[in-house]
Amino acid sequence: MQRIGVFVCWCGSNIAATVDVAAVVEAVRGEPGVVCAADYQYMCSEGGQSAIRKAIEEYGLSGFVVCSCSPRMHEATFRKTAAKAGLNPYMVEIANIREQCSWIHKDRQYATEKAIILTRAAVAKLNLNTPLVAGESDVIKRALVIGGGIAGIQTALDIADAGYEVDIVEKSPTIGGKMAMLDKTFPTLDCAACILTPKMVDAASHDNIKLYTYSEVDEVSGFVGNFTVKIKQKARSVNKDLCTGCGVCAEKCPSKKARSEFDQGLRNRGAIYIPFAQAIPNVPVIDRDACIHFKTGKCGLCAKVCGAGAVDFGQRDEIVTRQYGAIVVATGFRPIALDRLGEYQYAQCADVVTSLEFERLCNAAGPTKGKLVRPSNHEHPKTIVFVQCVGSRDTSGCGKEYCSKICCMYTAKHAMLVREKYPDTQVYVLYIDVRTPGKNFDEFYRRAVEEYGVHYIKGMVGKVAEKNGRLSVQASDLIANTQMTLEADMVVLAAAIEPDPTARSIGTMLTASMDTNDFFTEAHPKLRPVESPTAGVFLSGVCQGPKDIPETVAQAGAAASKVIGLLSKEKLVGNACVAGSGETLCNGCSACENVCPYGAIEYVIREVSDHGKRELRRVAQVNEAICQGCGACTVACPSGAMDLKGFTNLQILAEVDAICR
Amino acid sequence: MPIEREWEPLIVAFCCNWCSYAGADLAGTSRLNYPANVKIIRVPCSCRVNPLFILRAFQRGADGVIMAGCHPGDCHYTSGNYYARRRMTLLFSMLDYMGIESGRTRVEWISAAEGGKFAAVMNEFAGAIHELGENRRLGDIRCKNYQK
Amino acid sequence: MQVSEREMAKSILRISGVDTKKCMKCGKCSGACPAFGSMDIHPHQFVSMVEEGNIGALLESKSLWNCLSCFACVERCPRNVEPARLIEAVRLTVIRRQGANHLKPEEIPGLLDADLPQQAIASAFRKYSK
Repeated sequence: MQRIGVFVCWCGSNIAATVDVAAVVEAVRGEPGVVCAADYQYMCSEGGQSAIRKAIEEYGLSGFVVCSCSPRMHEATFRKTAAKAGLNPYMVEIANIREQCSWIHKDRQYATEKAIILTRAAVAKLNLNTPLVAGESDVIKRALVIGGGIAGIQTALDIADAGYEVDIVEKSPTIGGKMAMLDKTFPTLDCAACILTPKMVDAASHDNIKLYTYSEVDEVSGFVGNFTVKIKQKARSVNKDLCTGCGVCAEKCPSKKARSEFDQGLRNRGAIYIPFAQAIPNVPVIDRDACIHFKTGKCGLCAKVCGAGAVDFGQRDEIVTRQYGAIVVATGFRPIALDRLGEYQYAQCADVVTSLEFERLCNAAGPTKGKLVRPSNHEHPKTIVFVQCVGSRDTSGCGKEYCSKICCMYTAKHAMLVREKYPDTQVYVLYIDVRTPGKNFDEFYRRAVEEYGVHYIKGMVGKVAEKNGRLSVQASDLIANTQMTLEADMVVLAAAIEPDPTARSIGTMLTASMDTNDFFTEAHPKLRPVESPTAGVFLSGVCQGPKDIPETVAQAGAAASKVIGLLSKEKLVGNACVAGSGETLCNGCSACENVCPYGAIEYVIREVSDHGKRELRRVAQVNEAICQGCGACTVACPSGAMDLKGFTNLQILAEVDAICR
Repeated sequence: MPIEREWEPLIVAFCCNWCSYAGADLAGTSRLNYPANVKIIRVPCSCRVNPLFILRAFQRGADGVIMAGCHPGDCHYTSGNYYARRRMTLLFSMLDYMGIESGRTRVEWISAAEGGKFAAVMNEFAGAIHELGENRRLGDIRCKNYQK
Repeated sequence: MQVSEREMAKSILRISGVDTKKCMKCGKCSGACPAFGSMDIHPHQFVSMVEEGNIGALLESKSLWNCLSCFACVERCPRNVEPARLIEAVRLTVIRRQGANHLKPEEIPGLLDADLPQQAIASAFRKYSK
């Protein structure tokens, strides 16, 4: 029989205001196995924990029940308390009388009754607990970063600098992500390429970093410390080792109909192309859907002009299998499609552009070589209207409910850059609120208004219409309480941003949870912002939520530090609550082996001693290092041989009995 | 003789640690309300729930049993909730054959972010069990403790 | 019976089914409104005045009759506040009083002209009288 102590926490007034803690203590004193019961204001504090330790000594406890907040909160804390007092950490059970009792129910009598029942269930379970020891597993000292934008690059550099190997998998032909498309960055107006390209070069040349560009993650198996990942290296149709990056093939390619993804569709590119001049690796790729050779069998000009003989039309996709100890997701974002926001005439008027397209138009390496001209007639725009919150903060279903965070700042940046370069151009910004939460951000936006004369008008655009070759923008001015019509040459829409579309399939492969907006969920929104609830998976950059470059770099470093902490361990302490098969009951049917999602069960021939008889039997054997403790095998087992430590059949039945008493 | 109170349904909820139990915690953190009739048992995954546990609950006097797991495709253990779904389908078919009201058992998929859904489901289920009344067909009177 | 402004505001919210608290004061409704120029109280002000219970001025406003019921504000509002329903509810509050029809049959002959379609008369009655 166990010697159980029950400790009921007040949690200040969180529990005590609704649950009569003293009554709970009295009610459970007489439960089988209970030798002492007490209440305390804050069980998890040093005072509470030392009270438990004293009771363990005084009463010779073999285990204890804490009635408090959710086990997801403090089970680990109380396990440590047990260990410090010399008890096995698994001789602890938690009754959740806060999140699932005092915070839910208002009636004191019902809440107290329920708290007593939940405590009885925990005591009944603990009576059947046995000491458990967690197994250990190795940690593979290599990390995988999915995504090669600034977030992925920064995380990889930090992990590599700490001495660990990192692979970056990037689906486009080059690393750099969205930051490579930017012209200047707020609030310092640094040139984006100037601060990014050195990092890109570092990542490419670092001894510990391996780049897999034009590649995608195909399959993930395993668990923290031991992931096996299949990476699909898509066929570039160019041999990376032979290519010198001279660019002649891209120059000569006769197929010029494809739209450049890097330049947001504002110019054409060849079928064989390098996305941008500073691409890393500086190796072109053939877009087989646009290539005349792949479509008709003719042409093949690039192969003829290639001095290095690097063009390889027969190249095929390859699968590479690699092992990793940790995985970081850094899949980034894209602007939303504007098809449900027809009032802005984005699809109808060439002069209505998104902010990212505007960024490319301003960029000296962009489609117009940095000259800001109207896409329709290449004339200089004399009036530009910037529209904020296009598809953000929208609960009507046409856009996203959240604020995209970066648009107020980048529009201020765009407005200032236009006014600086073209002082004769009038700039209007139509906004709902101006959000400038970072360091020096508000001062930056005020410069736009006070130094550069950008007209900030509080009010939204109702519609944009083409009129006599210009754009007629009808909007409200809430401060003046008027409706105004601006005649503009260009309209720039601050479109909302959403996670990259590959995020969902990556999330499924990693069993990493995502929210309804497809952003990855963090383990705790405040205290664990860079870890996914799935062990071994970490989050970096906008894939976790909209953020600007300073925040992305900060978060990338944080994710790297978590990875380094994981990879630096000699052994990983595994899960103690693993499955185990009773060999005398096992009939060798393989039902458990077939349902295990991790392939943790195998069958062996073993000599079994049963009722005095010794014979060789085919029995199940669980690999405790791989078993994750889901319990699927326990229910599949027809003979009841398979059970799950920590959640045994008898334990769960005891809980059911205690609740239904 | 103890004073007889008006009958309150007893509802047992099996919640998986990674999704629905966390969703229940979120319902608590958000201070939502659902009836105290619902008592939650934590399991690592919905696939840990043996149909025998559910039958045991009914035998011991539960009036309704609900199993909540992760949404299909989102199971922390990849395929656990698929197994749970299949097992529950068979269980419901068997209960139906035995003449047990189909509203007494339920399977719901509730994620860790769906505190609101958890509360709404529990409220609705408790209401439905209240309508159905006391579980007489599966209860074992030998297990009933009259000294509650 | 004197009905307080608070009560009228509650009744207007009930008739229209609108939740004025959802408004984020962006002004897109007024930005999209084609009848803005002929209104004294504009769509964004309507929502804010009902929220504050400031009904008196609304009952007297020209906007009730100049609103085209085109529902552009409903289409464009990013928060589903539906200002047009609010205006309609206030309009109904006025019309439902005794003898308060905005359009009386005697007035029709004076308003007719060769270009006015029959449909306009029918819909005017629907909108301006009870």
